[in-house]
Parts: sequence; structure tokens; C-alpha cells
Amino acid sequence: MRISSFFYTIKQGIKNIFRNALFSLASIATISSCLLLFGIFFAVIMNFQNIVKTAEEGVAVTVFFTDEVCADDTRMKEIGDIIASRAEVSRIVFVSADQAWEDFKEDYLGEYSEGFTENPLAGSANYQIYLKDIAGQDSLVAYLKSVPGVREVNYSQVTADALSGANNMISYVSIGIIGILLAVSIFLISNTVMMGISIRKEEIGIMKYVGATDFFVRAPFVVESLLIGLIGAAIPIGIINFVYDKALGIVQGKFTVLNDILKFLPIETINHTLIPLSLAIGAGIGFLGSIVTVRKHLKV
Amino acid sequence: MAFGRRKKVKTFAEDELIVFENVTKTYSTGAPALNGVNLKIKKGEFVFIVGDSGSGKSTLIKLLLRELIPTDGEIYVNGARLSKLRRRQVPKYRRNLGVVFQDFRLIKNWSVYENVAFAQRIVQTPNRLIKRNVPAILSIVGLASKYKAKPVQLSGGEQQRVAMARALINKPPILLCDEPTGNLDPKNSLEIMKLLDQINKRGTTVIVVTHDKEIVNEMQKRVVTVRKGVIVSDEEKGGYIDED
Repeated sequence: MRISSFFYTIKQGIKNIFRNALFSLASIATISSCLLLFGIFFAVIMNFQNIVKTAEEGVAVTVFFTDEVCADDTRMKEIGDIIASRAEVSRIVFVSADQAWEDFKEDYLGEYSEGFTENPLAGSANYQIYLKDIAGQDSLVAYLKSVPGVREVNYSQVTADALSGANNMISYVSIGIIGILLAVSIFLISNTVMMGISIRKEEIGIMKYVGATDFFVRAPFVVESLLIGLIGAAIPIGIINFVYDKALGIVQGKFTVLNDILKFLPIETINHTLIPLSLAIGAGIGFLGSIVTVRKHLKV
Repeated sequence: MAFGRRKKVKTFAEDELIVFENVTKTYSTGAPALNGVNLKIKKGEFVFIVGDSGSGKSTLIKLLLRELIPTDGEIYVNGARLSKLRRRQVPKYRRNLGVVFQDFRLIKNWSVYENVAFAQRIVQTPNRLIKRNVPAILSIVGLASKYKAKPVQLSGGEQQRVAMARALINKPPILLCDEPTGNLDPKNSLEIMKLLDQINKRGTTVIVVTHDKEIVNEMQKRVVTVRKGVIVSDEEKGGYIDED
């Protein structure tokens, strides 16, 4: 292909957008609407996942040791190192018996603690183990129970099950809804593109009669559809970026009690995935739509 | 001119450009549109193909455009067997034909310049040559001043001239015209015919499919009459033969 033909193709693609302004607007509006819904849902899902993740990070398994181990600092540290190296473990915090008693006094006894001369929690040195993924709690607990010197393992099966369930549910629901949204988008967009191409069936026929190759006919349509797809994707990205912080402000203002639990992601984090994904979907839909629909009219 | 595969090259007389050999075309609807047609057209000829509606004229044009393939028989254009052309070879073949239709078939939202230039763009003519060639051909068809106009801003006669400019700009050896005066008044029809005559005199083989009796009788060229898919007469300097 000559350079002049290449630039001609690009120029024709851009000109086509303006020549068929109504069709271009309809296509851009359809793609934008679909990708706006997709973007909103994507942002909500990402935030839900983040909230569940934050909750998971706060859940710890506590492991207590026998008196012999408590009295042996070296042994205690060895066990701590082994636990910390486990794949399920995010981090561990050592709580000495004295620290445990201090915490207990502060949390429950207050001034009533003065009658105690010795540490009643002398054998309570422990490790608080935070997990990377709550789904790994069962295997970790099973392992901890098998470690010699471990006296007791405290954990909440209910919390783990609830968080794990929430995680799975979000994954399934998001896959389902994103799938449906994409299917609806492709249907709506291909209909719009087909309508536009059938308007230009005559144009394609003329080009073929004059001796244009399939590639020469198709290329400007592909450029046009790619651009329409990209513009259609850029608009909802802009809207979401503009509205996101304002929407978060409203939610946090209405539900101040939940502010500690509802840790929302900054828009930059969402953009990191949303922008390339939306642009790829927009361009992909434009590309496929034009390839498939132009092909129908090329057999002249 | 060279196009198409030539595995089975058949020898023809040197000046035979188009050869129909016992060509039959049957549509799925039943009766053959063309039935055992034999026709030879020499280089540089001006041929009218005439007949009433449904006689098979348009099928003949579609076969020459390689839009259709004969059900039986063969068509050779400059020695190339059309039925053996691969789909991807068809655009290259068509570039050797200038085509003019009754309904002009101009791209409506393109300017006159763009409509004509397009024929050059598809053969990858450099831009600087397109800028020289398009005004030249437009001045030959008498539309140099209307290069910016859109087809809807032109009269029927002018639109047909644009179509002719587009058909001729790549200097094709064959010009096919399907009812070129069908949508024109008598004055414009005659002017278009004069233009076709000039083009023919410059060496282009011109084939005009028409049922315009007056034009055919006026021009005194070779006339091939098709009736119910069969050639019923083929006369040099002939006239239009009425069905009854």
C-alpha cells in the first residue's frame, strides 16, 4: 500500500464520520451508553471487592502456646518465623504475655485491675496471624493445630465463611452482569453499525464496480468504526471521572457511620484498569462490527 | 491489457476483444435470461446491444462485469476466461472496464472531483497525477467548473458526464454503458452519444446497452438485437428492430 493510499484511508475514515453525522452520533451514543453502564458497574464491583479485602485484612487467627514454649523465647521466635513463611500468611504480630495483660486491662478492667499483683495471663503470649486471603484460613488453622507446642488456635469460622462467600458472590455476579452488559452492548452496537452499513450498501457496490479491492473498500469503514468505538469509549470514561468523586462525597455524607468500613478506592486506581479495558472494548466492537457487516456487502 | 489467469489460453483473431461462446445464463426463477449467445466484438468497435425490457441485455452486461458467471458456455475478454477468474482477481479485471449506468451510480455525498478521483485512487495513482488528471477529464466531459459540486446539485446529463469521466479516467480499453441515456432528455441523450462517439474514435471499444430507438437509428453503428435471451440480428450500421 502506498503511503498516499494509507493517508487517504485514514482521511476517508475521519471524513465518513462527519459525512454520516447522524449515524456516527447514534453509534457513539449507543457505545457510550453501554460502556457507561459497564464503567459504573465496574467501579462499584471494584469498590465492593476492596471493602471485602479490607475486612479480610482485619481478620486474624490467634495462636497460643504451651507454658514450655512461652518460657523459651528462641523456640517462640522459631515458630513465629515458620508461621510467617507460610503462603497463606500476610503478616504476623507477636503479643507478649505482658502486652496481652495490658490490652486486657485497658479493654475490660480499667481501674478494677489494681487488685492484681501478678499477670493472670502469664501463659498468653501469642501470635496474631493476618491472612492474604480468608479462603486460606482452614488450611492454616489445620497446620497450626499440628505444630508441637501450640496450645490453642482461636479463629472465627463464621467470619471467614461470610467473607469468603461475599468474595465468591461478587465474582460470580460481576462475571454474570459484565457478560450480560457486553452481550447487550454488542447486540445494540452491531445493529447500529449494520443499519449504517446498509445505508451505504449502494456506496460499497459502486466502489466494487469501479474495481476497488475488498481491502480498499473496507479500510475506511474500519478506521471510521474504530474511531467511533474509541470516542464512544472515551465519553463514559470522562463522565465517570467527573462524577466519581462527587458520588463518593454524597455516599460518605449520607452514611457517616459506615465511613470506617466503607473504604472507597481512588478514581486513579479504577482508571488503571477501566481506561484500557473500555478503550479496548470500544475499539474491538468497532473493528469487529465493521469487518462483519461490510463483508456482507462486498460480494458484488 | 492483461488480466486473469491464462492457464488455458485460447487463440482468437488478433482484433477480437470480447468473445461470447454459446453463453447461457439461467436464474433460479426459470427461463434462461440468455440462451446460447455467440458474439464477437473487435477492438475499437462501437456496438449497440438493443432489446426490450427482459430481453437479456442487462444480464449480458452483468456477465461482462463478472458480476454473474454463465450457467453454460464461456466469455473471453482479451483472451482471459471470465469464469476462471478468482474472486480476488475480479477488481483488477474490472479496472479494465469503464462502466456507465443508467442511474449514474455516483457516491452522493462525495464531490464531483472525489467521485472521479476515486477510480484513480483504487489503482494507486499518486496524488500529484490525480490532481492533474481529474481536471483534465472533467474538462473533456465539459464539467471543469463543477468539480466541487455534489451529484445532487447537477442535472441528470451532468451526472452522467461525471460517471463517464470516472469510467474513462484510467483509460480503459473497453467502455460498457448500461442504458446511459435512460434517465436523460433527448438533447442530453444526444450529447452523451456524441461524447461516446468521440471516445470511440480515440480507440476505446464502446458497448452501449439501450432500448432508445432514436439514438440507435441516429448513430448508425453496429447493432446487436437481443430478444428473449437470443441474438436475433447483428448488423453493421444497423437500426433498431421493433419486436412486432
